[in-house]
Amino acid sequence: MSAAPDIHAMQDIGDLELMARRLRFKLIQMSHTAGTPHLGSALSCVDILVAAYWKILKIDAARATDPWRDRFILSKGHAASALYATLAERGFFPREWLDTFAQHKSPLAEQPAPDCAPGVELATGSLGHGLPVGLGMALAGRIQKQVYRVFVTMSDGECNEGTVWEAAMFAPNQKLENVCVLIDYNKWQATGRSNEVMCLPSLREKFSAFGWSATELDGHNISQLVEAMSKIPNGSGKPVAIVAHTVKGKGVSFMEDDNNWHYRIPTAEEVEKARKELQQP
Amino acid sequence: MRNAFAKQITELAQQDPRVVLMAGDIGNRLFDKLKAQCPDRFFNCGVAEANMIGMAAGMAMSGLRPFCYTITPFITYRCLEQIRIDVCYHHAPVVIVGTGAGLSYASLGATHHSCEEMGMLRLIPGLAVLAPADEMEVRGAIKAALQYPHPVYIRIGKKGEPVVHQTEPEFIIGKSIPVRGGADVCLLSAGTMLPVALEAAEKLAQQGLQARVESFHTIKPLDETLLAEVFAKFKIVATLEEHSVLGGLGGAVAEWLANSGARGRLLRFGTKDEFLHETGEQEQAREFFGLTGEAIAARIAHAHRG
Repeated sequence: MSAAPDIHAMQDIGDLELMARRLRFKLIQMSHTAGTPHLGSALSCVDILVAAYWKILKIDAARATDPWRDRFILSKGHAASALYATLAERGFFPREWLDTFAQHKSPLAEQPAPDCAPGVELATGSLGHGLPVGLGMALAGRIQKQVYRVFVTMSDGECNEGTVWEAAMFAPNQKLENVCVLIDYNKWQATGRSNEVMCLPSLREKFSAFGWSATELDGHNISQLVEAMSKIPNGSGKPVAIVAHTVKGKGVSFMEDDNNWHYRIPTAEEVEKARKELQQP
Repeated sequence: MRNAFAKQITELAQQDPRVVLMAGDIGNRLFDKLKAQCPDRFFNCGVAEANMIGMAAGMAMSGLRPFCYTITPFITYRCLEQIRIDVCYHHAPVVIVGTGAGLSYASLGATHHSCEEMGMLRLIPGLAVLAPADEMEVRGAIKAALQYPHPVYIRIGKKGEPVVHQTEPEFIIGKSIPVRGGADVCLLSAGTMLPVALEAAEKLAQQGLQARVESFHTIKPLDETLLAEVFAKFKIVATLEEHSVLGGLGGAVAEWLANSGARGRLLRFGTKDEFLHETGEQEQAREFFGLTGEAIAARIAHAHRG
């Protein structure tokens, strides 16, 4: 990647959309170089990460463990490349680290390890862990009178896990209004349509029935994401669930909504095609 | 033992603002005082143990010292992955307390027994595994766990167990507590088997064998200094536990012995590798598995003669 855009200068949505394209291409390069799967899953959550990291989170790369920081947990750990690329762009660690992704002795494993890199809040990869741990972090903030928010991004397939619903049932009774769950609802899980594997619809109604303030939006519309995430807490006294409708493999025509890209690795030729589509130098 | 836990955790919560108690819809009235005095640091997490452990890990990562408490099989088997990943992989100093461990709830059936959990938990890197013997040791174990910088699992009984120690002994994680002296055989007892070990020692004394008895309350990390000493001194060393002979204290000592170069004979007393289907109370369940003072003394005496 070339010179970093100044985050303070990135005020309008156009800048953020440019960043999202830049990140998408980086993820494709990382998958190609490292030979790692889950590219489709990483591409689908890029806009959520951009909205959170450039517009919402109160974080400082120079003080990555500040107790008062907002927490962002990428509970869908298989999309770790998207988190790493985002953190590198936000200055948490050198961009060169991305070139070592998933290689022997790299700090950046295929799925994140504890404290593997500044800004990574949780080791994820086994699904259904991020929300319970996130609730614990939110409760700790309340007990210690530290005002911060906890954002947890899950996949739709992840909502198969029982712990998601244990946590969903617990949070509203504690009035954990500083918690926001984002569901990257790309309609696919590893081997099938998520709506066919389990009875997922309607996720918004499910969270609503569990006592959450639940909304749904276009998970690739950064303005909508920023608008929704900027209202945490939203005054209802309830935790917030944002069901973000997304497309797996978003941004590259031949990857979009094709679940082969859960596991496929792009060839050099495909990387070049993607480069053109994403208008990258 | 659960009353001792409740008293001790209430004291610690009053002294240390980092202490949080999370319970899995259990302990009716047991924690009323803690709830009244530290209302923001008690959580009934419902019948949702996996979420409870995950939340505790999140709290511990954020500077708190959570204690999680419910019936042993549910706070261990049910949420093993949360213990492994959320707690241990992250080195989150959570204290997990399982009540009614081993055969304490024999009459409720094998759903409520826990005769494998120490073996399972002992395999997880970084987790200390403790089995205090009586309410005095429970108090010491809870205090030691709060001082310990790593995650800790503590299995305790239910209520009304015999009190062995007249006063609270110094409880150091990884250091066995001597209970009775003797020069012929050595009994290492984990958890609530300690009164049975002392009964076995009495029976052995009647046959002219003097048994040393240790409350070997830490299954991990093992007190290797003590093991080296007793295997050098005694022809027979026995382990006693309300847990399978596979994987728990007996398993851990057998593994140590295989690597140590020591030459003593190890006798392991515990439950067999099977589910208990016979209805009965704890005493009857212990009898079924040969975990009585008389049966233990007879087997040790026989081995000593042979």
